[in-house]
Amino acid sequence: MDFKDYYQIMGIERDATLEVIKRTYKKLARKYHPDVSKEPDAEVRFKEVGEAYAVLKDPEKRSAYDKFGKDWESGPSSPPPDWDSGFEYRGGQAGGQSHGQSQEDFSDFFESMFGERFGQEFGSNQSGQQRRPNNNRGEDSHAKVTIELEDAYNGATRSITLQSPEIDQQGHVVNKQRTLNIKIPKGVKQGQKIRLSGQGSPGVNGGSSGDLYLELVFNSHAIYRVVQHDVYLDLPITPWESALGATVKVPTPEGSVDLKIAPGTKDGQKLRLKSRGIPTKVPGDLYVVTQIVLPAADTDAAKAIYKKMHDELDFNPRQALGV
Amino acid sequence: MNDIILHGVLMDEDTEFSLDEFCYACSSSIKWVVTLVELGALDPVNYQQISLDEQTQWKFSAHSLKRARTAMRLQRDLEINEAGIALALDLLEEIEILESKVQKLSKN
Repeated sequence: MDFKDYYQIMGIERDATLEVIKRTYKKLARKYHPDVSKEPDAEVRFKEVGEAYAVLKDPEKRSAYDKFGKDWESGPSSPPPDWDSGFEYRGGQAGGQSHGQSQEDFSDFFESMFGERFGQEFGSNQSGQQRRPNNNRGEDSHAKVTIELEDAYNGATRSITLQSPEIDQQGHVVNKQRTLNIKIPKGVKQGQKIRLSGQGSPGVNGGSSGDLYLELVFNSHAIYRVVQHDVYLDLPITPWESALGATVKVPTPEGSVDLKIAPGTKDGQKLRLKSRGIPTKVPGDLYVVTQIVLPAADTDAAKAIYKKMHDELDFNPRQALGV
Repeated sequence: MNDIILHGVLMDEDTEFSLDEFCYACSSSIKWVVTLVELGALDPVNYQQISLDEQTQWKFSAHSLKRARTAMRLQRDLEINEAGIALALDLLEEIEILESKVQKLSKN
């Protein structure tokens, strides 16, 4: 288990005041919030910062951390049995002042230092006043599943493993793992959701289970770009194909097709293959964007051809620049 | 591990949530959803046809669900008020549109 330097994670001095801690947290939370941030590791950073803040904003936890945290690497792998005897812990947070993550999301390091004692405080992602009261139905839960572009054309089956905190009969929070096999129908779009009835959190006192919403996220593809239900492909062509026209083979997610290039096709021209995008209810289109690639003049024969063009073609691409 | 393959319902343009279903799906209170509707941050698909005292008849799209869930996380994690959320949602969507334009134009 790694020691977590909460001060370093937040980029603050060890003697930072509570004001500095709060202010730094708010800035970092905005910067790394997964809904806002474009940083690839935003989610991880956001969690780390949240964990650091949960400890450092609380004077009791902070002083426990300061006292024992620094000996972590040299010390035992768990805190001494009576390590918290000198501290008094207040009960749950005031209602409504909910934290952005459940304790289950925190690191093993946090777990071993602050463990069960804080289970209730951070317990099960309570969102305070937003929670619907007096209802036995289990909560709806949400997860993401990553798929390939090809899956959107052909459909697929994905198995996903979900970790969900549940309260056992003794009232402890336990992490339950379950694996589900999910049919991904064909014709799905980036960000679209699949609802699985009754696969959310179990209800309480005989209430029915909530639903599970699965958000579909496409892996980025080596050659295709996806925009809504349309698919874009850059197609390299030769100068003579561009000038004289040609029929060339073009890959599509459903297999290759022959595409006619008209004489005089320019670089960056968009050719539409109707209904060859993602097969949603109204199918998307596949756009082929031409890219003229020049052959290298790396042989005598190639050089001779370029030289011949130079000699015989009256061509000034800089005419519009007045030179 | 079981071998059962679950078939879900794909949420598309035609999917509609009742107010109750909607609140469940984003674990929020009716009051909170109504506030966001009043601010124009969420658009019930039948908003025009339904008077304010018939809110229980509102229907929401899957797109609204995405917005509401983002709103919920922003409020919870960043302590933004509802008006701020409404602005953030619009700006985030604007960025998304711009990004897809960049995506269309980019040459890898």
